[in-house]
Amino acid sequence: MRIADHPILGKQRKREVTITFNGTSYTALEGESIAAALLANNIRTLRYSEIAKSPRALYCGIGHCFECRVTVDGVRSKRACITTVKDGMFISSQGVDSP
Amino acid sequence: MKFDLVVIGAGPAGISAAIKARKNGAHVLIVDENPVAGGKLLGQLYEVPDKGWWIGQRIAEKLVDQATSIGVQFLQETEAWGIFPGWKVVLENSETIDTSYVLIATGAAEKALPIPGWTKPGVIAIGAAQVLTNYHRVKPGKRVAIIGVDPLSLSIAQELQLAGVEVVGIYLPPINPFSQEKADPHYLLTNLAKMSHLAPNQLLKTAGKMLHNPFVKKLAAKWYPANGLKIGNIPLYLRKRVMEIGGETEVDHIRVAPINRNGGTVLDDSIPVEVDCVCLSGGLYPLSELAGSVGCKMVTIKELGGTIPLYSPEMETTQSGLFVAGNITGIEGAKVAMAQGNLAATAISSRLGLLENPSSALEQAISEVEKERKNAILTFMPQVEEGREKVTTMWKTT
Ligand SMILES: Cc1cc2nc3c(=O)[nH]c(=O)nc-3n(C[C@H](O)[C@H](O)[C@H](O)COP(=O)(O)OP(=O)(O)OC[C@H]3O[C@@H](n4cnc5c(N)ncnc54)[C@H](O)[C@@H]3O)c2cc1C
Ligand code: FES
Repeated sequence: MRIADHPILGKQRKREVTITFNGTSYTALEGESIAAALLANNIRTLRYSEIAKSPRALYCGIGHCFECRVTVDGVRSKRACITTVKDGMFISSQGVDSP
Repeated sequence: MKFDLVVIGAGPAGISAAIKARKNGAHVLIVDENPVAGGKLLGQLYEVPDKGWWIGQRIAEKLVDQATSIGVQFLQETEAWGIFPGWKVVLENSETIDTSYVLIATGAAEKALPIPGWTKPGVIAIGAAQVLTNYHRVKPGKRVAIIGVDPLSLSIAQELQLAGVEVVGIYLPPINPFSQEKADPHYLLTNLAKMSHLAPNQLLKTAGKMLHNPFVKKLAAKWYPANGLKIGNIPLYLRKRVMEIGGETEVDHIRVAPINRNGGTVLDDSIPVEVDCVCLSGGLYPLSELAGSVGCKMVTIKELGGTIPLYSPEMETTQSGLFVAGNITGIEGAKVAMAQGNLAATAISSRLGLLENPSSALEQAISEVEKERKNAILTFMPQVEEGREKVTTMWKTT
């Protein structure tokens, strides 16, 4: 789902990094948010709601709604929409016992 | 160390203010919760008639380069939690920063537009679609529906199409306490005239103008074509409502019901439309909690988009030394925000004794805000000028 060549913005040249989400490795681009990187890999669901366990994902995209919270390198509830990917980052969904 | 000025929010208002104050000789720190400075500029992309493309990301980069090169300090990925008299700005890590003046430039956020099914993965706020597409360059979906008709959704629909995303249509929300006028085709048609710079087709422009006449307004729902009119290549449906967003685990369709010639929704004729992403556009509101919590007098002005801190002609709140600029004072475009930042920084520089001729500098800064407002190509609130006049009147009587 990447926009490889944008008619106005042109091509994007960014270094590739590797992140792990719920145990699987994915390629991300340096400088992008966790949510953008996962969506580029066709992943929308970021966590499950506490009680009903229904899937939740990116909503506002600017750090306000906290719908996108994930566990990053052991720290809970980081906002995937405004947290930048880093090489070797370990991300997991909240609201599941075994992802 | 004590700063002369701490700016909260690195959007166009905050960065412009920081540059201006620093140039005048002030020591300035900007605190912003995002990893990258630029605020809502980062996602903006549209063609300005006769002027070429407005590429927000590049404008943001230029502003940041300019600011850092003259010595403005940036503290990114840091949320400001509170402001205390003195002035002290408390950060998320409980660190406190001392400063003589504070500028709150926290910008705007989107209003929620709850619709059955809106928590499903694949339903996003329209602003998220803008940032994903234009900043991160990731498509929010392959087939996207937009719910909510306003300048922002019409503009972003075209941005999505430009990036190769298929936009199946722009629809009305169902009638509920949240949707209010967003669900009313008459209201929307009236306001389309104000959106003409976004080049909706000629028929719509004419319609919008005619609709200032209340008699014609009544006829609106009657003549607007049931199959919509196209803006660019995107159908704008003012006679179709999305009643529900469906899908087992993630979005796979919306349920669309027609609106008949009397304005009623015909639920029996609703049909599913396949999509993998839905963008909701509920409108914008000023992010003003920080100002409210430190005791600034707050006023609700519908024409400006919601509740704002009351401010003086120099952008000072009722708390002496606390200034505001940008969308926290009302919803307008980036250029107005920049001019407001300039004005606030000029006033602060004058208080710091850094200006030789403060009154003429202030006069000029005030007239620049007015000029940008008049020349704005993107107007979010159709009656913004009236809203600003209300502020002036309220300030005088405070
Ligand atoms: C979704 C969306 C799309 C828009 N699209 C356009 C467009 O296409 N064209 C246009 O002209 N205008 C657009 N606007 C209007 C936009 O608000 C203005 O153009 C302009 O960006 C306002 O500038 P600002 O500096 O006031 O705020 P912003 O640009 O919003 O910047 C405010 C900054 O403050 C930060 N912040 C907020 N609270 C805190 C805190 N407590 N601590 C630390 N940092 C904080 C925010 O994260 C943000 O980085 C859009 C607005 C939104 C919400
Ligand atoms: S999507 Fe709203 S905070 Fe991340």
